[in-house]
Order: sequence, then C-alpha cells, then structure tokens
Amino acid sequence: MTGFLLRRVLGAVVTLLAISVIVYVVFYVTPGNVAQITCGPRCSPEQVDQVAQQLRLDDPLYVRYWHFLEGLVAGQDYSTGTSVEHCSAPCLGLSYQSDQQVTQLILNKLPVSLSLVFGAMVLWLILGVGTGVLSAWRRGRLSERLLTGVTLAGVATPVFVIGLVLMIVVCGQLQLLPFPQYVNLTDDPEQWAWNLLLPWLSLALIEAAAFARLTRASMLETLADDHIRTFRAYGVGERSVIGRHALRGALAPVIALNANNFGSAVGGAVLTETLFGLPGIGQELVHAVNVVDLPVVVGMVLVIGFFVVLANAVADVLYAVADRRVVLA
Amino acid sequence: MSLVDVSDLTVEFGSLRAVDGLSFRLEQGGALALVGESGSGKSTVASALLGLHRGTGARVGGSVEVAGIDVEEASDEELRRLRGGKAAMVFQDPLSSFDPYYAIGDQIAEVYRVHARVSRRAARARAVEVLERVGIPDAPRRSRSRPHEFSGGMRQRALIAMALACTPDLLIADEPTTALDVTVQAQILDLLHTLREETGMGLLLVTHDVGVAAESVDEVLVMRHGRAVEHGPVGTVLGTPGETYTRELLAAVPRVDARRAATGEAGEVVLEATGLRREFGRGKKAFTAVDGVSLTIRRGETLGVVGESGSGKTTLGRMLVGLLEPTAGEIKPGGGVRPDVQMVFQDPVSSLNPRRSVGESIADPLRARGERDETRIRGRVTELLERVGLEGAHYDRYPHEFSGGQRQRVGIARALAADPRVIVCDEPVSALDVTTQAQVVALLGELQRELGLALVFVAHDLAVVRQVSDRVAVMRRGRIVESGPADEVYDHPQDPYTQQLLAAVPALDPEVAARRRAARRELAAA
Amino acid sequence: MSEALVAVETPGAAVPGVSGAGQFWRRLRAQRAAMVAAGVVALLVLVALAAPLLTALEGQDPNTYHSSLVDSARGGVPIGSLGGISGDHWLGVEPQTGRDLFARLVYGARVSLGVALAATIVQVLIGVVVGVSAALGSRWVDQLLSRFTDVIVALPLMIMSLALLAIVPSSFPRPVLVALVIGLIGWGTIAKIVRAQTLTLKQLDHVAAARLSGWGTWRIARRELLPGIAAPIITYAALLVPSNISAEAALSFLGVGVKPPTPSWGQMLTAADVWYQAAPQYLLLPAGALFLTVLALTVLGDGVRTALDPRAASRLRVGTGRKREAKA
Repeated sequence: MTGFLLRRVLGAVVTLLAISVIVYVVFYVTPGNVAQITCGPRCSPEQVDQVAQQLRLDDPLYVRYWHFLEGLVAGQDYSTGTSVEHCSAPCLGLSYQSDQQVTQLILNKLPVSLSLVFGAMVLWLILGVGTGVLSAWRRGRLSERLLTGVTLAGVATPVFVIGLVLMIVVCGQLQLLPFPQYVNLTDDPEQWAWNLLLPWLSLALIEAAAFARLTRASMLETLADDHIRTFRAYGVGERSVIGRHALRGALAPVIALNANNFGSAVGGAVLTETLFGLPGIGQELVHAVNVVDLPVVVGMVLVIGFFVVLANAVADVLYAVADRRVVLA
Repeated sequence: MSLVDVSDLTVEFGSLRAVDGLSFRLEQGGALALVGESGSGKSTVASALLGLHRGTGARVGGSVEVAGIDVEEASDEELRRLRGGKAAMVFQDPLSSFDPYYAIGDQIAEVYRVHARVSRRAARARAVEVLERVGIPDAPRRSRSRPHEFSGGMRQRALIAMALACTPDLLIADEPTTALDVTVQAQILDLLHTLREETGMGLLLVTHDVGVAAESVDEVLVMRHGRAVEHGPVGTVLGTPGETYTRELLAAVPRVDARRAATGEAGEVVLEATGLRREFGRGKKAFTAVDGVSLTIRRGETLGVVGESGSGKTTLGRMLVGLLEPTAGEIKPGGGVRPDVQMVFQDPVSSLNPRRSVGESIADPLRARGERDETRIRGRVTELLERVGLEGAHYDRYPHEFSGGQRQRVGIARALAADPRVIVCDEPVSALDVTTQAQVVALLGELQRELGLALVFVAHDLAVVRQVSDRVAVMRRGRIVESGPADEVYDHPQDPYTQQLLAAVPALDPEVAARRRAARRELAAA
Repeated sequence: MSEALVAVETPGAAVPGVSGAGQFWRRLRAQRAAMVAAGVVALLVLVALAAPLLTALEGQDPNTYHSSLVDSARGGVPIGSLGGISGDHWLGVEPQTGRDLFARLVYGARVSLGVALAATIVQVLIGVVVGVSAALGSRWVDQLLSRFTDVIVALPLMIMSLALLAIVPSSFPRPVLVALVIGLIGWGTIAKIVRAQTLTLKQLDHVAAARLSGWGTWRIARRELLPGIAAPIITYAALLVPSNISAEAALSFLGVGVKPPTPSWGQMLTAADVWYQAAPQYLLLPAGALFLTVLALTVLGDGVRTALDPRAASRLRVGTGRKREAKA
C-alpha cells in the first residue's frame, strides 16, 4: 500500500510538471508578439519594450520556464518601476493589470470556488447515486422510465441554461430567493448556504444526471454478474442484493467518474460563477482572459490543474481501497 | 414423498424450447446426474428446481416439486425459504460465484442469516464451522479472506460450504468441477461423496462429463435437445446403454486406459528445441513460466504435452510457433529448413476474426506469401475447406454462422494453408462437446497421415492426449517431469506427479471409480 | 422478486447470417426513441444546411439591424407583442438591435453543429492515432503516450479552451479556431478507450493467427484491429458530438467562442437574461434549441451504443427490451 501511495504521489507531481510545461509553452510561445499582447493595443513601442524586458523575452524559453519554477519554489523579486516587491513562494508572478501578486489574487478567490464546487459535489453525489440506485431497483416500472427521462433531460441541459432558468424562475418570477450574493462561510454560514443554493443546484443537476446514468448502468451490470445469481439462488432478499452487493460493485466506477468529471465540473463552475456573479476563480479567469492578463491566466490554469490532478490522485487511492484487487494486481 | 418430483417440465426462452416435457424423480438421499452436451437443457432444469426462471421472461410449463414445495405455485416468500434452506446450489465458476468485495466467511454468514434467526456472531461461527467441514485449513483465519485470495479448488470448497450452511435436503451441483484441474476435480468429487454419506442429503449433479457422473451418482439421466434420452442406474446406462445416442456419446468419450492404434513410423526431426526458458514480468513480480524444456518433434508423429493450469504448456506452444520469444534456449528446424510451424487455437470464437469471411481468413497465409491470383486463391481455399470436411461454398460465410466444431475445422484449414511441417494444437478440442471433439481429433489424425505432418498436441485432458499422441511429455511448473512413448508413460508412470494425475482421472465404470476413490482415500490417510 | 439471470445454453447450430452492418441498422431501428432522435437530428442538419434558403424564404438575414422595430425609449425592447413576432419576423427580433431572431437561430445551428462535428473529427483522429500507437508500440512508446494522454485528460477542457481562445489573434477564423481548440484538448478519453480496446483485441487468437500467417503490424492493425475498435469509437464519437455542442455554446456564452457578428446560440443566451420579461423568446429560443439538439444527439448516441453493443443494451434500455433482443 505504501509503495502504491508513493508511486501515485510521484505520478501526480510528474503530471503537474508536465501540465506546467505545456501551459507555459502554449501561453508564452503564442503566435504574435507576446509583449504586445500583454501590454495591450494602446501601448507605445517603449512600453512594449519594457514589458518584453520584464518578461525576459530575450532569454531562451527554458531559462524563462526555469525562472518561473524558481519563483514557484523559492519566490521572486519584481520591480514595478518604482519599487521592488517581493513575491514569496509559491510565486505565480504579478498581474499585468493590477500589479497584484497572482498567488494572492487566487487565494482571495479560492474560498468562493471551493465552496461552490465541493458543495455541489456533495449534492450531485447524493442526487446522482440515489437516482441511479432507485432506477436500477425499479427497472422496468413507470417510476424508472420517469427517472430515466428526467436524467436524460438533465444530461442534455448545459449548466448555464439550467442556471439561467433557475435564476429567472426562482429569483425573478417566484422571488423565493434573492439573487445570489456571496457571503463568507465564516461570516454567516446560514446566508452562505442560502446564497449558494442556486449555484449549487445548477452545477450539481447536470453532473448528478451523469452519475445517475453511470450508477444505473454499472449496477445493472453488476446485477447480471454470477455472484448476484448466487445470492438470489440462496434466498437472499432483493433489498440486500441491490443495497449490499450490487451497490458495492457499482461504487468503484462511480469514484472513477467523480475524478474524471471533476475537470468538467470545474469548467461548469466557471460558467456558474459568471452567471451568478460569484467572485470566484472562474469569474476572475474569464476577466483575465478578456483583458489578456497572461500571468493570471497561467496561474489560474495551473491552480485548477493542481486541483484536478489532486482529485484524480485521491480518487485513485479511494479506488484502490474500494477494490483491493487493484493494489494486488 | 420424493425429494424432487419433476413432471412434464417445459421451459421456453422466446421461440427456443430449452426443456421439452421432462419428468423425473429423486428420492431422499439419492443422487442423480443430468448428463448432456451443450444445448441439452440440463442447466435450465437445475435452475427450474429453484424457481430461478421466475421473472426472467422464460415460460415454464409442467410441475416441479422440491422438498414438498411446488416451485411454480409457491409464493416469493416460500421460494426464498426453499432456496438455500432446503435446496442449495453449487455453481460452475467458483470465482465469479462469490461477491469479490466481501470476505468469504461474511458471505456464508449472510446466507445463513437469511434462513436462521441467529446473531451475526453465531452466523460467523457457523460459517467457520462449515468451512472447516469442507476441508479449508485454518478456517477461522481464512474465513476473513476475500474470494480472489483463494485458489480455484479452495473457492469451490467454500462454495460447497455455503451450500452446507443451512443443512439443505438437496444439493444441486451445476458443473461443479468443470473449471478445475483434474487433481482438484477428484478432491471435490470425493468431498461431495463424503458429505453425502455423512449428511444423507440428496444430490442432483449437472455435468457434460460422463466420467464425473460415473464417479458421483447412483442414477443417470441422459439429456438431448431438452428431452430425456435414457434414464436408469448409473451402471446400467453407462455399462449397457439402450439408446443409440447414449452409445454414441459413450463411444466418443476418450479413455485414458485405451491404447492408441499403431501409426506409421516417425520420420526425420523437423523441429528441435533446447533449453527453452521464458520469464514474464520483472523485479519482484517476475516468474518463470517455462524453465529448461528441451524436445524434438519428428515428421509424422504426434507429441502430446499434458499438464494442469499454470504448468507452462501454452507458453511452450506459443514459443514453438514463434508467437513468444524465448528468454533463453533455442528452437532449430531439423535439417536447417525453415520450420513452418502453424497453430490451431483453443477458442473457436476468438480465433477467427468475426468481421471477415472464413475464406478470407484461410487465404491469409496465401496472400501474405505474395499470391495475387484470385482464382488460384479461391481454388486453394475451396480445396482446403473440403479437406477439413466443410464445403467450398462456405468461403463467403462469416464465423458466427458456424458451430464450434466447424469453426475449429476452419482454424485447421487456415493452419494448413501455410503448408506447415509442424502444427501446434493448443487445447484444440477443450471447448467442444465430446462428440464434436472426437470428430476433430479424427480429422487431425487423418491429415497427419496424409500429409506427414508433425503435431504438437497441448492439452489438460489426459485421455484426449493419450488418444492422439505417440509420445507424451508431462509438464508441471514449467518443467517436463516425465516424457516417453505414450503407452509407457500412461501404463507405467514413473514420476509421482504423473501417477497422481492418472489416479485423478474419472473412470467411466462406477465400480472402478469406487475402487479408485478408496485408493485415493488411503493415499490421503497415509 | 427474482430477476435471476439464467444462462441460456447456446444451441449448437449457429444463427443464420446477418452482416454486422445489417444487424446494427435493425437493432437501431428497433428503438423508437433513437429513431425519433435521429429524425430530430436530421431535421436540425437540414435546417443548418438550408439556413440561407430558409432566411431567404422569410426575407430576412441574420445581421441587418432594424432599429425601427425596437423601442429605444424603453431601452430597446422590441415593439409589438411577444417580442415583435410578425409575418416578417417569424420569431420576433433581438432587443436593442432589432436583428431577426429566426435568421440568427438557424444560422446559429450551422455554427453549433459545424463546430461540434469538426471538433469531434479532430478528437477522434488524434485519439485513434495515439491510442492505437500506444497499444501497438513498444513499452516506452506506450509509457510516453499514456502519460501524455493522462496529462491531456487532466487538463480541464473548458478552462484550457477559455484560456487558449483568449490569446490567439482575432484574425484567425473564429469557428475553425473553436473547433480546433476543443478538438486538440478533448481527445484524451477517446485515446484511452481506443488503447484499452486495442490491447484487449491484441490478445485475441485471430490476431495471433494473422501474425502466424506472415502479415506485418500495419496490415494486422488495419484488417484485424481497426474493425474491432470501430464500434467503441463510433459509440464514443456519437456521445462526443453533444458534449462538444455544449462546450462551444459555453465558450460563446463566456464571450470567448464564436465572436459577433457570427450568430451563435451561446452568445444569444449571454445577452438574453436581462430581457426575459420583455422578450422571453430571446432567451427561450436558443435555450430550447440547445436543449433539443443536445438531447436528440444524446438519445441517438445511446441508441447507437445499444445497437453496437447488445450487452450494453440490457443495461441502458428501459424495461422490457431484453425479450425483444432475445428474438433478434
């Protein structure tokens, strides 16, 4: 088990490094003049030169990447023209727009995004797995057809359409809830939850639909297995066959899907934040993309990548615990 | 009251009538075997005894009564009490018959608690008790292991333990030893026998293997196409069969004690392997599948390679044809000519590409050699198809249109297309019914005589190997433990392992079987 | 109570021959939902192809401003009931600009379907090449490609596309760019599926037999392996199309996808939420179109999967399907 954990952590680190290389190369070797893009269309040639210098554009790419890594590990000093600012590790650089440290910027926005994603994850796991189990159990009956229809509709509805409709109906037409405004969890947990309810729902519904489909499919697959036949042939009741044996077999694929879909859920979170105006990483990323603030974009993509890789590693470990044969193999 | 009373049972799946007007009885404590080839409906009958067809869409007619319960009329609750409580089933594949995620002991305890109102702890204790009963060593500890941590034989024992947990009146065993090696099979059959003697429960055995039936039961019911062909005491049915089909079936069963008719002289050496060794994996996981095997193969002779699972016989075969590179050792063609070794594979389903016509598959070696003339290719393939007992018109058909035996014939035709001097047959008949088996074996013999082929016949079935081989090599854990002329090895085995293997082969004569069982017991007691 | 599966012993005689493709169509046709979905998809494709014709019929085009049709005094609300629906403007006009909604919607279908299809093709091509090479290549090739695939899978598609689309000069034709970006980032899963399937197939005896026949790797890959992986590829591709449609719409919704004036459903939605009371169809039309398209494609994808993999059929299909399958 220890060896497995070690290998998995090492793999995650390597993956992260590879992602950082790809992201760095893709964003700093773009077609066109990076300094010009960075500085913006209204920059004078002098200003562009200054930016180029600041970006060390004269250095070869690997030197620049090395500096970037150095900054991540050891921190870095930046001159902002008038003063020298120290950006402590992990340093992701300075925003071109606001001269703010990217790390700080991200840390400020992180709680909002984490609240959104993890809250929604709880919701989609409960809703999705519950629906899946229920529809596998009620197979062939009206209730199952109904559930299948609803989940299909869920899968087919993009996050922002669900979000828009929810917002307009719940907040606009029915006025059951005010339009969401982020409140810190530490300030007022109750308001935090109420305000995040709609974003959670819109993000969770589509993911829940995917989970319901997978849970149902893999439960039905397990139900066709020989060992299920054994328990039925020994008079074990259907409740126990489904709840204990079939569900247990369906668990591993569900864990795997949760890791796989984490990335797409983060993408959904960007949409949700933009839609509901939540001041999270996603909203900031969209803003940074629109004003071409490269350090912020690169930093955010890396941080998001970090969470996705982390989620995958955790899922792998859980998977191994859920299915011990994996470790032995 | 009979333990089992089946009258005029009919089971239909859609338009397929799997069981057709079957009637039989089994008295308390009796043992009956349903024997038949695939498609005879024997397993369907076993399932019907526990009402397992309920809710599947199968239509069941006639009546089935087990331990006084009318299975068709019983309520769901009554049926649940019957299942496991009064009649318990042992399935074919012990690995997939357990839930991979739970400890064996817990699964047995769970089943026990369905039928007995006892505490969790008491159920656990019962599980350990029955596991001990079926001969699982160190049962209290092993009961906490999950199925994949057991060997195949141990898993089958555990499955029998589960069946014993609720002291049923009837044990239904559906091909209980088909997935097992012959020595393990003997142990399981002996175990079933002992348990019957001690508990007095009835046994309904479903099997395709006449030998297994002869070892285990008092009465035999031979089935074909869902109907009963012949029914009677095991000695009578197997000794003096009344029906033609039974006679054909028995005639097709290869005998381990029958000498092979003398064949022509073996010619020059066509393939010579020395010091073959093959390792898989690296580091801690490395293991040696074949370890220092040397052999020679001569023109016109058959070398039988026999061994249990994991003996390395398949790896050896794949090295001989060049599908696997040996880690060490070398394979030399006799006389310095390219050896042209071809292979006939085990699985008639996966050995033919389902998306290409069989003619195209057979033509592969011709085309690969550069033949471009379509008429010549078609002509040669037609000739080969006819040679293996199929029709030339089968060229454009697809594999799924053929039965298993026919597909195996196609595989042989494909091997012949390359004009090989040696053909390695890897378990060529183990997936086939016994009558088909006999036909394919006969075809191989004919081809060998006509074409002077050298055959390497790799199989686990000792009787089949004896039937076809001039010389035999017995493999165990990657090594050849004994080799020599077939009659010598079979009649006077020198190595203890060979002796053990031969002693485990089920005999067709119930009396011989009983004697052998006694001998095995003595051996085990000693 | 019991739904136990009883193994039906396979009859010795084989079923009379039906070719793979024939069987596929028969199984697909047996599914009513999939056939309805196929009809909807066909209609959508037709609308997309005939967009210029349809708008000509209406007498409008997607980019002409009709400032006379919106009430600038009320912030640009369309004049007339139901957002300005009239004989000239079948589905009303866009608030503020007064552009014809019907025209924008049908031209939007072009963008949506075209981008999604192109992206899918790119994904499948890369995925198949990488997957097959990994499965057939040496240990090192496999290690390298598999790790790289892992990295690609770990990159969140939305985030990467979002970021990439921002830095590419706007001179690059936008719909092509969106398709390329989605395609270049989204091939990870299909590569994994292809690799796994190829590895499974490689173990089969008919591949070994082909090797013994004397064929080389390339020929074996083409004749023995590719037909075998076609089914999972088609299945997965069929499910990729709707997810790519969502991705394109999402990117356009965020303002980094297809740029104005090219009409796109995602873009229409961005602007629509403030107008839901004054011009509800401005919101409902693109949302509905998107929903319908993704739903139809998903149902069709499920149907294709069921038809290609009968084992999956019993899992995914509702209720009584199994009996029908048994007869087929």
